[in-house]
Amino acid sequence: MTQLPDGRFVDDAPYDPQQSIRQIERADLDAPNWLLVWRRFRQHKLGLISGVFLLLCYLMLPIAGFISPYTPNERHSDHLYAPPQGIHLWHEGRFIGPHVYPMTSKANLETFKWEFVPDTENPARLRFFCEGSTYKLAGLIPSDTHLFCAPEGSTVFVWGSDRLGRDVFSRILYGAQLSLTVGLIGITVSFVLGIFFGSIAGYFGGGIDWVINRAIEILRSLPELPLWLALSAAVPSNWGPVSVFFIISVILGILDWPGLARSVRAKFLALREEEYVRAAEMMGASSGRVIRRHLIPNFTSHLIASATLSIPAMILGETALSYLGLGLRAPAVSWGVMLNDAQNLVNVELYWWTAIPMLPIIIVVLAFNFLGDGLRDSLDPYHS
Amino acid sequence: MAILRYALYRFATMLLTLVVVSALIFLIINLPPGDYLSNQIAELRSTGQTAGVAKAEFLRTEYALDRPLWEQYLIWVGFAPGPQGFSGLIQGNFGWSFEFDRPVSEIVGDSLWLTVLVNLAAVLFVYLVALPLGVLAAARSRTWVDYTSAFVGYLGLATPNFLLALILFYYGHRWFNLPIGGLMDPAFEGQPMSWDKVQSILLHLIVPTFVIGTSGAAAMMQRLRANLLDELGKPYVETAIAKGMSPPRMLVKYPLRMAFNPFVADIGNLLPAMVSGSVLVSVVLGLQTIGPTLLTALKTQDQFLAGFVLMFVALLTLVGTMISDVLLMLLDPRIRYEGRKA
Repeated sequence: MTQLPDGRFVDDAPYDPQQSIRQIERADLDAPNWLLVWRRFRQHKLGLISGVFLLLCYLMLPIAGFISPYTPNERHSDHLYAPPQGIHLWHEGRFIGPHVYPMTSKANLETFKWEFVPDTENPARLRFFCEGSTYKLAGLIPSDTHLFCAPEGSTVFVWGSDRLGRDVFSRILYGAQLSLTVGLIGITVSFVLGIFFGSIAGYFGGGIDWVINRAIEILRSLPELPLWLALSAAVPSNWGPVSVFFIISVILGILDWPGLARSVRAKFLALREEEYVRAAEMMGASSGRVIRRHLIPNFTSHLIASATLSIPAMILGETALSYLGLGLRAPAVSWGVMLNDAQNLVNVELYWWTAIPMLPIIIVVLAFNFLGDGLRDSLDPYHS
Repeated sequence: MAILRYALYRFATMLLTLVVVSALIFLIINLPPGDYLSNQIAELRSTGQTAGVAKAEFLRTEYALDRPLWEQYLIWVGFAPGPQGFSGLIQGNFGWSFEFDRPVSEIVGDSLWLTVLVNLAAVLFVYLVALPLGVLAAARSRTWVDYTSAFVGYLGLATPNFLLALILFYYGHRWFNLPIGGLMDPAFEGQPMSWDKVQSILLHLIVPTFVIGTSGAAAMMQRLRANLLDELGKPYVETAIAKGMSPPRMLVKYPLRMAFNPFVADIGNLLPAMVSGSVLVSVVLGLQTIGPTLLTALKTQDQFLAGFVLMFVALLTLVGTMISDVLLMLLDPRIRYEGRKA
């Protein structure tokens, strides 16, 4: 620091007009990868919203029992096919808090339908943090506290009730537990197989490559659904719901790996010629180590994006299988099992709310697609 | 000549693939423990019907079900002589359906042609819809046309096929008075082909075609749009515009041709998904294709019927893929799959 004769202070270091700009660039170059990815991803609004939504969905899974007013297989024999009850806040222009109007069922002997008449005179207030039927929180901790339950002497069917008088809303929440995790397990199976076969084909080449490549081509040229059907028809009918669930997810994954294996193989073919791979080999690293430590981390981001884009196909696959009666079976609850009820047109026309489970399916599948698109665009931050 | 050679080569690989596929399918349908006949024999024994047992035992030896699995496979395909000599799939004997107590060929009969028809209609639909919409979305990119088509495309991808089928059936019947269920009016079933029957089939085809084709069309449209957008940024397009060519003419004459290859090649990727979709949609809508047959056959372990239907479905996709590969070669003479000449 020198003081000029006129009293101003001036820095001794030479002035560099580019410095401030370069600092910003430098910061960008030094920033960790995840920060760059995140910055890029944040601009993809639709992907961001979808990601947050899916995160909330998955966080909801362990506490589904708490949020839903009923347990999934609780039957209300006097409320079969009850229409959705609106939750109101104002009664006759007066605010009295969330309440429903109790419904009484009456058999119409001309149409042979149950008709439900809401009693608009007597609003029944919802109870909160109340005791209901017991469930297990996260499948472990038994509890009987629900976020909200039906008022005394009334019911609360937010989205109506089904053929056996079970609450559709509660069943959708419980169904999410299976429908959303089936894709995760399936994708894990598909990943393990895809990376394994793809990497040995790409890394070793030659005969192994030829065999795996033919297998991939054959599997990719076959229609998936008939094979899924055939495989799930082979699941013994005396298995419990949990084992059926696992085997179905495995079946979904088994036919999905060829696509992944193909892209992994292509990457390996390109990467195995790089100097750092040669260097690792020279230093005596085993093939397994080169693949695991040096090659696969190179395209994990690519893998994550393609996984996100494959999950919806599995969710839709599970739904289709269960819908046809070859996937999950009652008493297991999944969205496909629920839609099994909406199989014929007459049902959908008379009781439209039995088709509500299609909404979460469509929304979740869309969200996964948007999230996957966003991830794919942002996971490679050095590529503009 | 090169094309003919390529077609022959492609045909040979397809046959080889079919052999592998047949082994795979045979393995899958034999996964469940037991088979239809031994289940039936056990059931008949427990109810004490000896006459039935004798018949089932006869069928068991007749169809070589008492032999080891690999022998059964060879006999089924027709590579090895069975009890009646060589008589398997390649000799045109599709086996016996135990559930219906009739030969498989009788049961599937007409439904084979209807299956091909439904899938052909869906492929045509994909092309007819995806081509104009994809071009439009690219030419008017980042306008409401583009966004609407992208939104509809996404929705088409996200809606499960069978739900779309139910919804469209419901509203198609309500608003346009389209027929519900089946591929033809019940009056025409088993009747010889006539103009009225053709009309009835065409009318019944509308909804299934739409349902099966939508997701494929959406994917294809996005692909065409992306390819066209890539081409539209190139200098030759600028030259054409600078020359004073009208935009539609320019678009069709140059970039569209460039973007057209993947359009044909993609059908090979799309076909398996579409055949899958047609099986599911047929079950939901009760079409007389082999979809519902497959489902019942699988549920009752009617192994020859299930095996034949699976083989047919696989054959359909393989032939479709082969045709698309050969077409691609005809369309673009630059594409050659042979090795490089030294």
